[in-house]
Amino acid sequence: MKKKILIVDDEPNIVMSLEYTFKKQDFEVFIARDGSEALEILKHHIPNVVLLDIMMPNVDGYQTLTHIKNTASLKDTKVVFLTAKNKASDIEKGLKLGADKYLTKPFSVKKIVSEILELVT
Amino acid sequence: MNNYTLVAIIIIYLAVLFYIAFLAEKKRQSKWVNNPYVYTLSLAVYCSAWTYYGSVGIAANSGINFLPIYLGPVIAAPLWIVVLRKIIRISKQHKISSIADFISLRYGNNRFLGALVTIVCLFGTLPYISLQLKAVSETFEIMSDDTSYISTTVIDDSTFYVALLLAIFATFFGTQNADASEKHKGIIASVAFESVLKLVFFLIIGAYVTFYLFDGTTDIYNQISITENFKELTTLSGVEDGFNWLFLIGLSFMAIFLLPRQFQVSVLENNREKHLKKAIWLFPLYLLLFNIFVIFIAWAGKLTFGSTENAEYYSLLLPLENGNSFLATLVFLGGFSAVISMVIVSTLALSTMVSNNLIIPYGFLDKFIKNQPERNSKYIKSIRRISIFTIIITAYFFYVSFSKELSLYSIGLISFVIIAQLAPSFFIGLYWNRGSSKAAVAGIIVGFLIAVYTLVLPFTIQAYTGTDDFTQYGLLGVSELKPYALFGIDFLSPPAHAFFWSMTFNLMSYLVFSLISKGNYRERNYAEMFVDSKNFSTLQDSALVWKGEAYVSDIKSVLVRFLGEKRATRALTIFFTKYKLPQDTQLADARLINFSEKLLTGSIGSASAKILIASVVKEEQISLVEVLKILEESKENIVSNKVLLEKSKELSQLSSKLKDANEELISKDKQKDEFLDTVAHELKTPITGIRAATELLMDEDDDMPKEIKAQFLKNILQDSDRLGRLIHNILDFEKLETGRLNLDMQYHDIQKTITKAISSISQIAAKKDVKIINKNLHVFSTNYDEDRILQVLTNLLSNAIKFCEPNTGEIIIDYKLGNEMVEISVTDNGKGIPVEDHDFIFDKFYQSQDQNTRKPQGSGLGLAITKQIVDKHNGKIWAKKGLKNGATLVFTIPFK
Repeated sequence: MKKKILIVDDEPNIVMSLEYTFKKQDFEVFIARDGSEALEILKHHIPNVVLLDIMMPNVDGYQTLTHIKNTASLKDTKVVFLTAKNKASDIEKGLKLGADKYLTKPFSVKKIVSEILELVT
Repeated sequence: MNNYTLVAIIIIYLAVLFYIAFLAEKKRQSKWVNNPYVYTLSLAVYCSAWTYYGSVGIAANSGINFLPIYLGPVIAAPLWIVVLRKIIRISKQHKISSIADFISLRYGNNRFLGALVTIVCLFGTLPYISLQLKAVSETFEIMSDDTSYISTTVIDDSTFYVALLLAIFATFFGTQNADASEKHKGIIASVAFESVLKLVFFLIIGAYVTFYLFDGTTDIYNQISITENFKELTTLSGVEDGFNWLFLIGLSFMAIFLLPRQFQVSVLENNREKHLKKAIWLFPLYLLLFNIFVIFIAWAGKLTFGSTENAEYYSLLLPLENGNSFLATLVFLGGFSAVISMVIVSTLALSTMVSNNLIIPYGFLDKFIKNQPERNSKYIKSIRRISIFTIIITAYFFYVSFSKELSLYSIGLISFVIIAQLAPSFFIGLYWNRGSSKAAVAGIIVGFLIAVYTLVLPFTIQAYTGTDDFTQYGLLGVSELKPYALFGIDFLSPPAHAFFWSMTFNLMSYLVFSLISKGNYRERNYAEMFVDSKNFSTLQDSALVWKGEAYVSDIKSVLVRFLGEKRATRALTIFFTKYKLPQDTQLADARLINFSEKLLTGSIGSASAKILIASVVKEEQISLVEVLKILEESKENIVSNKVLLEKSKELSQLSSKLKDANEELISKDKQKDEFLDTVAHELKTPITGIRAATELLMDEDDDMPKEIKAQFLKNILQDSDRLGRLIHNILDFEKLETGRLNLDMQYHDIQKTITKAISSISQIAAKKDVKIINKNLHVFSTNYDEDRILQVLTNLLSNAIKFCEPNTGEIIIDYKLGNEMVEISVTDNGKGIPVEDHDFIFDKFYQSQDQNTRKPQGSGLGLAITKQIVDKHNGKIWAKKGLKNGATLVFTIPFK
């Protein structure tokens, strides 16, 4: 069965690269442009992993993560932050909230792929 | 009316008064007790039985001569704001408890002067109280005995009991506190209540007589005007009468300040200075109302009874004559009210004086020093209680032996003339610092003796010897010494005559003695404070000129005896804290001496306080030179204190400015951090896009479809542009914010610039199908940096486009000429700016909290830069408030 990934980011150019990459890796790819869209998608789908930006309008990455952690049906879903915020305090906060991994922008596509695969296999 | 019924009515009425006084004491802080109306009504204690009954008598006998007694207070009332306010201030500051205290303090806590004033007040007030008792007795008789109301051969015991009841009332509510400068709210409330009653009842009887018994005022006038002597009674006959009037007005003018009961209600019982403002017009109004019907009742009585023998009681006799005993009872109660309030307030004031200025300083001081505090306070109260009873009973016996011969009016005037002897030392002392204690003593004694000789002696001698030789031929037959025509002045009425001579000699003595005898330092010091009472409040404790040796512990032990351990300790703690002295200070200074005297004054009077404190301190003689030096120093102190205060104010202002600056720096630092964070984030976003797309394109193993390749390439281009724009903006903003940008000011046509801006943005607008309308096509040239203003316009336009709906969006750009400036506006029909964002939209990287939209494209610096450019042109930029939909951003470019 195909692995499922939800990409949540408000920058269309970045999303396009990620989408292309994971489709190549034979993932089923869902896209949300902010937290509220992500939560809508998560009502109907249970992805293996969520790739989550933090600074987004409306519902930000932190809120989205908290919501996922509080939803029983999503207990197996891994969450990876992918953000430009790279201060030590930011990373600590993200991991404390329960993210499985914390990756920073700008990123290497190959590195992202290997990190995600490591989580879902 | 039955005797018992009448007694029952009196007792019920007294019970009501007790209850009112009791309630007022219980609710001391209530608004019902503390308001300008109660204050004004309590001033109406001025209207005693003399007003209530006596005025009618005088009106019947000598026409409008009853009026001057009310004109004096009416003239005095406007002056209260100045004079009475000063007196009230000084009295409050020094816890003064009577007029004797006030005068004695002004002349350096002079013990003898205090006693003298007390004696004068006793002489002036005792006959006055007996006059009230006389009125009670006679009206009682009129009410109870319907066969012969003229006869007064038997002393009716009921008067004695009424006197006793009044004494009990005064004792109960007048001596609750050992400190006599405390307010007597119960008594004041009952006095105010009585003032209402007596006025209302008097108006009722006036209206009854005028409009019921007669056919209105014209009817009475028409009837009386045909009787004999009418003209004489309604006009002033010549210069003599004019002088009489003048002196009587002067007399009552002084009385309203000096009568012990008036001093009690107007000064000591005053809660707030501002109550005076109401009193100065309300009190004259009260007097006016009281006098409206006097003349008509007098005329009506004259017409009804023919004789004027019992004219004083017309108001009572008229309803009785017409069988209306109910109305007569009302009148009786009104008169009774006038009596009660006068007697109670007068005895209260007198008893305080007798205890604080006569008995305590002249006999009980040594005893007090040895006693325990509780016993002292008991002693003080007992002295006052005994004084109250003694005063009232003495007044009763005075009434029994003398008053029957005299009319209410004449006794009243005797009182006034005697009390008026205090006027020179009181009034002049307030405004002339040279007035000395010797002069005050001399003036009062001389004036008093003359008043006695010209006014009291004649009728006393006549009462004892039964002949009027003394009046007829003068002392030892010397005609210059005729008591009613001293030195040949025979055209004045006896009271005016007595007033004229006593006041002349009193004043002369006061002035002459003041000029030839200087007071000691203490006296001059107090004189200075009284006269210059504005400075006085700032001088306060430090004003006392004093040199010597004193220990705090000694002074404290004196205070403890009168205030008790707890209050004394607390007072000293307050004192030390106020002057920033250590709590264990051992040597007392002038301030503490003064402070302690003030503390004791309320309980035992100022003279006693001075003596008591002096008994435990070793005071040294102080020369005049030193006095002046100390006074000068204390003035300098005040000045330097003021300078210090100003300096410290400046310092605290400076330090608060520093604090602000520091906070601003911190907040600037924080803003700078946030700015850098945001810049970093904004820069990373396009770089991330570029890096990812490039990596994917570089992967040679991947056979990427051509169109996707093209899309990635396009993305890279887009992100590069964005990056370039961002860097440009950041540099721009930095340049503007640090003020390193120089404008290239040239003459340009604003119309052309607008057109340029529209065309540069038209592609983006077309993409979203947003219309841009250039409304004002007129040409106007002015001075500005075109590149920068173009930047402003494109920023505003692209912002507008961003917030417009696709297809229906419409933007209007317009300009108009204002007061030496061009005002350019960009209006869109988008979703508008939330109210809470108006003040922040020009902040850098500000994004609306209400983010219902995509993250706006752009650097987040656009409007911040725009504002900087406009500022640099000395213009203004703002978002219009209160729009229903859409947004309008306006900026101005001034020209000169």
